[in-house]
Amino acid sequence: MSSEDAPHFSSKDAVVCRGVGKTWAAGTRRAHNALTGIDLDVAPGEFVVFLGPSGCGKSTLLYLIAGLEDATEGKLWSFGDLVDMPSPERSLIFQETSLFPWLTVWENVSFGLSIRGASKEERRTVAAEALQRVGLKAAMDKRPDELSGGMRQRVAVARALAMRPKVLLMDEPFAALDVQTRARMQDFLLDVWRDSGASVLFVTHHIDEAVALADRVVVFTSRPGRIKTIVPIDMPRPRNLFSREAEDLRIRLTDLLRDEVDRAFAEQEALAATA
Amino acid sequence: MAVVTRDSDSSGTAGGASRPPAASRLLASMAGLDWLARIWWTCLSISLFAGLWELCWAMGWADEKLLPPPHIFLDNIGEQGRYFNTATRWQVGQSMAEGPSAFESVLITGAATTARVFVGLIIASVLAIGVGVLIRYYRFFDRLVLPTITLLSPVSPIAWLPVAIFLFGIGNAPAIFMVVVALFFHMVLATINQIDTVNTNLINVARTMGASKAQIYTRVIVPAILPGMLQVLRMNLFGAWMVVLVAESTGVGYGMGQVIMLARNTFNPSLVFFTIAVIGVLGFTFDWLLRLAQRRILYWLPDTVERLRVL
Repeated sequence: MSSEDAPHFSSKDAVVCRGVGKTWAAGTRRAHNALTGIDLDVAPGEFVVFLGPSGCGKSTLLYLIAGLEDATEGKLWSFGDLVDMPSPERSLIFQETSLFPWLTVWENVSFGLSIRGASKEERRTVAAEALQRVGLKAAMDKRPDELSGGMRQRVAVARALAMRPKVLLMDEPFAALDVQTRARMQDFLLDVWRDSGASVLFVTHHIDEAVALADRVVVFTSRPGRIKTIVPIDMPRPRNLFSREAEDLRIRLTDLLRDEVDRAFAEQEALAATA
Repeated sequence: MAVVTRDSDSSGTAGGASRPPAASRLLASMAGLDWLARIWWTCLSISLFAGLWELCWAMGWADEKLLPPPHIFLDNIGEQGRYFNTATRWQVGQSMAEGPSAFESVLITGAATTARVFVGLIIASVLAIGVGVLIRYYRFFDRLVLPTITLLSPVSPIAWLPVAIFLFGIGNAPAIFMVVVALFFHMVLATINQIDTVNTNLINVARTMGASKAQIYTRVIVPAILPGMLQVLRMNLFGAWMVVLVAESTGVGYGMGQVIMLARNTFNPSLVFFTIAVIGVLGFTFDWLLRLAQRRILYWLPDTVERLRVL
């Protein structure tokens, strides 16, 4: 690591972003700036929600933190190490099911171990343990297409947990689920988060979800994505989402988002007019 | 059937936990019925076609010397069969009356053609998937090879026929070469297309778990493209059957195509239609077997047909 890369902050922080930005298709005519000037520190074990209108670059930031894409501006660190490639320490969970359909549930969960060449017994043990934590040990030998959407996302969480990640990155993981299932999955996620001790970075455009889950809500501006403000939530868990405090928070977040959505719409209309 | 139904009912009331196996058993028994129904529909479909043809004949619209209806060209199988497997007959200098029986002759010729299709299909798929994967794996291989493959892709197999004869003379080799050359280029392009449409989430999951490029290809991309590739293989199966006939009919070898040519040269419409019927049955069977294999190998695929049926 060169001196230039040396972090000027505690190397204990789970994620550190300094001036991070991403321009897609940089240097071409289709280039567009998705994200710019992001400064963010995430403490170990912290639950941070990224909230913003569609297309504000919040998922892009998650991909940058995962190391799946390279930042075009600034730098990122995770526990003091420069992020320049994906790592099992930072597991990503997607909106759509990303289970391998040709593998059974336990084979999916232990995929990362098989990459490292672990023995079958070891893989089965680890998979059983991870599935136990998401309450799906009984479904070990099933195939993904035999499971419901919510169960599949739990398997995806188990797969991420099997890698013993220090950071869980979740890209609208419950967006495809119905409202009731989603509420249950949020409780489930909080349980998993509590006993894994990992930091969670959770992308959503649902204000309710942010209020239910976050220690801190990072509100994004519309394109190019910047951090508009960071709203800490110090309500104790389990949270009463119908309390006055939660309602005030929802109103505040709604106001913050409304300007951005208005701006995004105006921009889209202007774009449509020129096209 | 009744037993299965009662069984599923009783276990259904026994508790929610035992429901899935009972339901799947019920489905399995219905699938059995479905199978019977499918045979019935196949027979009906063929009878309808044959019936129309027979009607045309009975009304005097179809001249039986040019368009003999099924009951005529299927009537003298013994006679027709003697024209099959002529190569063997000629090789040993036998007369028409000697050698294998009519049925055996049809079987031998059919098997010879089927074997060529099968071998050609296997060689073409292995080569095409291999080359397709290499093209996506190595950038320089892509730049070096893909233009030529795209260039040769639209060339009709007929154009390769002289090449087949120059290179391999007569026998099995040129016929198999024709099948391979007819399928290879399309299948390479199809493989590349399949690779490009693999769900990026699956690849990203493997990447975050520390999979190397080689592991991503072997553990994710190849299994992910298999369903599509089997579909491509099935589509190309019929292409292989068409090409092999061309190869055989132009003196490249002996087989079903050669029989068709013989029928043409001797003005024997009955033999033409009889051979077409045999080819149809062989191709149909081949496709059916491939579909069975597909269901076995690709057990994880959802049944889209069922979804379309309810529309």
